[in-house]
Amino acid sequence: MIWVDTVVQGVLLGGLYALFAAGLSLVFGIMRLVNLAHGDLIVMAAYLILVLVTVLGLPPFLAAAVAAPVMFGIGWVLQKYLLNRTLGSDILPPLLVTFGLSIALQNALLEGFSADSQRLPTGAISTSSLEIGALNIGVLPLLTFASAIAVIIGLNQLFYRTSLGRAFRATSDDPVTASLMGIKPGHVFATATAIAMLVVTLAALYLGMRANFDPNIGPARLIYAFQAVIIGGLGSLWGTLAGGVIIGVSQTIGAAINPEWQILAGHVAFLLVLLVRPRGLFPRAVD
Amino acid sequence: MITRRNLLKTSSAAGFTLAASGLAAPAIAQGAKIRLGYVSPQSGPLAAFSEADQYILNGFANSEVGANFEVIVKDSQSNPNRAADVAGELIVDDEIDMMLVASTPETTNPVTTTCEAEEVPCISTVAPWQPWFIGQQGNPGDPSSWERFYYSYHFFWGLEDIIGVFTAMWNQLDTNKSVGALYPNDGDGNAWGDPVVGFPPVLADQGYTLSDPGRYQNLTDDFSAQINAFKQSNVEIVTGVPIPPDFTTFWTQAKQQGFTPKAASIGKAILFPQAVEALGDTGHNLSSEVWWSPSHPFNSSLTGESSADLAGGFTAATGRQWTQPIGFVHALFEMAADVMGRVTDSGDADAVAEAIAASQLESIVGRIAFDGAGLPPFAAANVAKTPLVGGQWRLRDGGGYDLVIVDNSSAPNIPTGGAMEEIS
Repeated sequence: MIWVDTVVQGVLLGGLYALFAAGLSLVFGIMRLVNLAHGDLIVMAAYLILVLVTVLGLPPFLAAAVAAPVMFGIGWVLQKYLLNRTLGSDILPPLLVTFGLSIALQNALLEGFSADSQRLPTGAISTSSLEIGALNIGVLPLLTFASAIAVIIGLNQLFYRTSLGRAFRATSDDPVTASLMGIKPGHVFATATAIAMLVVTLAALYLGMRANFDPNIGPARLIYAFQAVIIGGLGSLWGTLAGGVIIGVSQTIGAAINPEWQILAGHVAFLLVLLVRPRGLFPRAVD
Repeated sequence: MITRRNLLKTSSAAGFTLAASGLAAPAIAQGAKIRLGYVSPQSGPLAAFSEADQYILNGFANSEVGANFEVIVKDSQSNPNRAADVAGELIVDDEIDMMLVASTPETTNPVTTTCEAEEVPCISTVAPWQPWFIGQQGNPGDPSSWERFYYSYHFFWGLEDIIGVFTAMWNQLDTNKSVGALYPNDGDGNAWGDPVVGFPPVLADQGYTLSDPGRYQNLTDDFSAQINAFKQSNVEIVTGVPIPPDFTTFWTQAKQQGFTPKAASIGKAILFPQAVEALGDTGHNLSSEVWWSPSHPFNSSLTGESSADLAGGFTAATGRQWTQPIGFVHALFEMAADVMGRVTDSGDADAVAEAIAASQLESIVGRIAFDGAGLPPFAAANVAKTPLVGGQWRLRDGGGYDLVIVDNSSAPNIPTGGAMEEIS
């Protein structure tokens, strides 16, 4: 029974990682931009939600709904006026700029909010759970997992059912030809980052309700998100979910053997997948 | 003890007479202020330890004795390398007479090591003495190679005190004596879980069984393995030294999984009220070690203020709840004033170091004397122990938590505010 519980907890944890990773996957898939500030943007969104909760007295879910359009705007401006200037044949400038952005964000948050641990007030929901047989499944982890699936279904619909999604895919495959067809890659990229920021807001909501956050916690979240994207394969959103679940389950199984192996097991699983499938499990794009 | 008079004799008065007698000895610094260097983590993950620094520094500057000192403050940014760098700057560029350093081995150790190498007197605090003393030895694994320091002195408590406090708190409750351990794979976790100097041998002696699933990495997102292990061994007491985000993750998940121990005595993670508030209502009756509180029956040798006055002043000045480092940072400056009041030349490092070793100060954190009381012989020369008691966080009406002292078996002069209660 403990093994069933271990796997279930791992799958639910995978939902959180997938949520961290979905925004990264979107941006990475469309414009090959590795956003090293992704974790810090999640933390920034968490602080934005926290401010709305404490200043306006909104419940966290409503506060996240208010924060989402703000983050959408921030993402659009960030991509349009900063990150677009770094894109080109050289992969180094976007890495350096987002790395710098990560440090700047951390220090700005530290200056503004101090190093105190914060958490979004959750009330009873954070500790409540559903009893299924001998298993206790936390309501909050379950919601996190459900949200991750909803986000991925939503993004897939956007990708394959709308003209914006067609523009995303076209720009991803061949920006030059796409722009010959009247698509402005810069504009498409800005929209993609803005949408990624919506997902970031959702990830921030669950991060903030699940445990403490402080200005320095972002980079530690980035690595799992990044691994989930790579395991899943470039441009595949379902792959990102699978990647998150693989890391989550490996971590809980590793921990069940010995807690020393918890984090290591996730990294080992990542390396094993790369060894067998160097391009990830479900790569969409060919590059 | 009479610091003001001695100070006047040694510094201002001497300087004044020299100055009055003309151009006799222009190079002698005795008319000048005594220069103190102070290093603490004012930014970064450890910044909560230093939130009262400005309040304490202002209080010191405005005190009668403080007027004889110039304090040069440096931020370690919670980074050991940076701490060593700024210590070097203070010694070389600012030519300080004495170094003061506070808060966690990550800050105290690099600064102390630098001072010892440069032969600058240094007083340090707010780190258990084992990581401070043993952590600076060339070979921490070989006790026969450990050497004393000649310029570095430290006052705080040690691992043996926290073990005593935690077990005394648990003994107040009716439990099955099954303890679950949450030790991370870091300096603290390895020390607490050490089979020789840590919790395991003491717990075994006192009839407790310990369930220690193993060292986990900091910033772990899932504790189901530990929770399952604790459930299997019928654990009723949880202890450990996790970082705050990890404890929140653990505690929340434990509640989700229906695991509620009778006692949870946690070091580090629930030191500060903000961290307990992050747990919502579920932090009620969590227990932790208490090094200083407003109800400690001690007074400042600098200002005469009681512990309650000092904590109250901080709350009035900042609007924030008192925290434990306040008393110890204040005591650092008490020590500096007391030591400098007993030397004739503040620039004579050997004399200052000797004066530190001879300290007998009744400070706001209790008596500080390097007499080796309660210490093994190797640390006796450099460490002074201050009292440690145990406390529980209690939910306050209208939100927030208060830390109530529930065990004083190792320091009966510190009053308790209640008895240990079970977590429900």
